This record gives sequence, C-alpha cells and structure tokens, in this order.
Amino acid sequence: MTTTRQETDVIAPPAPGRWRLFGVFAIASLVVAQVVAVVISPPDRDMGHLQKIMYVHFPIALNMFVCYLVVLIGSVRYLMLRSERADLLAASAAEVGAVMTGLTLALGMLWAKPTWGVWWAWDPRLTSTLVLFLLATAYLALRAFVDDPERRATWSATVGILGALNVPIVYMSVRWWRTLHQVQSSPSSLDPEYVIGVRLNLTAVLLVTVYLIHSRYAAALTERAAENRAMAAALGANHGG
Amino acid sequence: MTEQVSAPRRKLPVLVSSGAALVVALLGWLIYGGLDKNIVYFLEPHELLARGTDAVDSPVRLGGLVRPGSVDWNESARALRFDITDTTQSVIRVVSTGQPPQMFRDGQGVVVEGRLGRDSVFAASTLIIKHTNEYRAPKAGEHPREAYKTLFKGAGP
Repeated sequence: MTTTRQETDVIAPPAPGRWRLFGVFAIASLVVAQVVAVVISPPDRDMGHLQKIMYVHFPIALNMFVCYLVVLIGSVRYLMLRSERADLLAASAAEVGAVMTGLTLALGMLWAKPTWGVWWAWDPRLTSTLVLFLLATAYLALRAFVDDPERRATWSATVGILGALNVPIVYMSVRWWRTLHQVQSSPSSLDPEYVIGVRLNLTAVLLVTVYLIHSRYAAALTERAAENRAMAAALGANHGG
Repeated sequence: MTEQVSAPRRKLPVLVSSGAALVVALLGWLIYGGLDKNIVYFLEPHELLARGTDAVDSPVRLGGLVRPGSVDWNESARALRFDITDTTQSVIRVVSTGQPPQMFRDGQGVVVEGRLGRDSVFAASTLIIKHTNEYRAPKAGEHPREAYKTLFKGAGP
C-alpha cells in the first residue's frame, strides 16, 4: 500500500563525495575570518573590545535566517510534492537553525550585560527571537514525538512554515517598533576596519551553515534508507513476501 | 486500506491554507495595524510628561538621551543624577544609585526602569544603555572609553 511512494521517491544513502573537504575548508575559513577580524579591528570608541562579539553574534544571527529559509522551502515542497527528501532537508535545517538561534541569544546576552548593563530585556527584537527559538525547539520536539513518518512530516512542515514566517518579524522588529536593540548596522554605520571582518565572518559562517545542514541531511538520508529497508523487510515477512 | 491512508491528505490543504491565512492576517495586522504605536519598549520624556499626574508613581520605562552637562555623580553616596531628554527637548531629571554601565556618558541613549515621583524626579531602579548601530574606531589620540574613565575615576570593575 505504501509502495507507490517508495517507488517514486527512493531514499538511498548519499555518497561521501567531496563534502569532507568542504567541511575542512568551511571550518578553516571561519578560524581565519575570526583571527583576521579580531587582529585588524581597533577597539570601538565607546564599546572598546566588546565590539568584537559582533563577529560571531551578527553572522550567526543572519545565517540562522538562511536555515529557516531552507526549512520553509523543504516544508512547502513536502506539502506540495510529498517528498521525503524535502521533509528530511527541512528537519536538518531546523536542527542547525535551532542551535544557531540559541547561539544568537546566548552571544547576544553575553554582549548585552557589559554594554547595555542587563542580560535580557523584553523588547520586541529579543522577545521575537526567543519565540523563534521556541518554535524551532517545538519543531524538533514534535518530530521526536510523532512516530508515523508521513504524519510527522505533515505536522512538522506546518510548524516549520509558521516558524519561518516569524523570521521577517524578527528581522524587522527593530524598525517596526521602539526597541532597546539597535537597528541593523550597515557599511555606512561601521568604520571600514569593522566591515571587512563582518563580511569575512558572514561568508565563513554561511559555509559552516551549509556544511552542517548537509551533514545532518546526509545522516538523515542514511537513517531513513535503513528504516525503509527494515520496514520493507518486516512487511515482506508479514505478508509472506 | 487505500482510503484510510489518503483520507488525512484531503483534509490537509484546508487545514494548512486556513492556518496560513490566519498567520498572514496576523502579520498584516502586526505590520499595518495599530500595533506599531503600542509595542514600545520605553516612553520618551514628552510621552511620560503628557500623562500628567497619572504618570506619578506608576512603574514605567523611560528612554532618551543623557542631556550633555547634566550628569552629576556622587562618588561617596554612589548616587547618579542626570537629565533624560528627547527630540522635543522635554527633560526629566533621573536619580539612580550605583555605578552605571560602562558606556554611560553625555549624549548616550539610555532606558531607565522606575517611577516618576511627586517631585517630578524619576527614581530609577535599573539603568540600561541603548546604543546606536554605529561602530567607530577612535580618532587619533583618542582612547576608547575615555569619557567613562574621566567621569567615574577610580570606579570600575
């Protein structure tokens, strides 16, 4: 009864390929970008060396949006095409996205305490980011609780789309509402010494993000292929071949 | 068997599209509705003063810029007094205890939590820095955080 889906959407474990090399390159580029950014940038006039948290907080925050974009694409694709791969891709991106949202919050708090004077403020930017983190963890919890793969995929796709719709709210919150968090910096609001470091780290974190999503996706495909084989074997045994 | 499997699928588009419609409506309300006036993390001095006597003794967040030249730090009492001002030039005197965050200085954006007293002085329990999106290298001969060190000489973590 489920053979129709499996015929059109066969999951095979991915070939290792050049991804390992890409991963080494991504992590090395992050190390280089961090070192370069920290070494070439002078302390900020008002903030001193605390400014350097920018090189991790901001690139991770922006690239977490990339993760949720992948979640959105995967979720919509699953609902439209019922593609198992799309579901697994969305789940992989959500995992990476949840970690990066958690990191954004944690690094933001470490930055806020010495600059703002408080660890946390219930302003629209921080609150909407916390909601995004809770939606991402809810998505992962939902996947862990639902056993039936089709139901899990459908439900989590719905939550995934809801979570992704929160992203524009998080991004625009500092412009729509009066917040404690400052509006986005731009190359004109940063001295050139800081812009280079930000650009390098945005790129490096993007590479690491792509690598992490791919690694998780490859693992998910391997796992699903094994599950499908076990399922086919069990069904075969029950129905006598 | 086949019907059992495909039945939830037929219900799904209705569920998903109604959920999506709800979310889109909510988003539209957030963006274009009256919420932009309501979601404010703090009030500016002119907004707090406009409340008149209603503002007295009610917990609120007040935000604006530290009026240059208004800062008075009493080292022995660890009492900090300064004016918060806004674009309308409204001014509210603030009193706060303890050393402020290190970015505190003349002209800095701040948000204070506390209550406006009957004497029109705002008693702050928390002092928070609100900084801009600008990051600038020190000019020649300038040291970072110099203003802070001059103001709070000897103090510091």
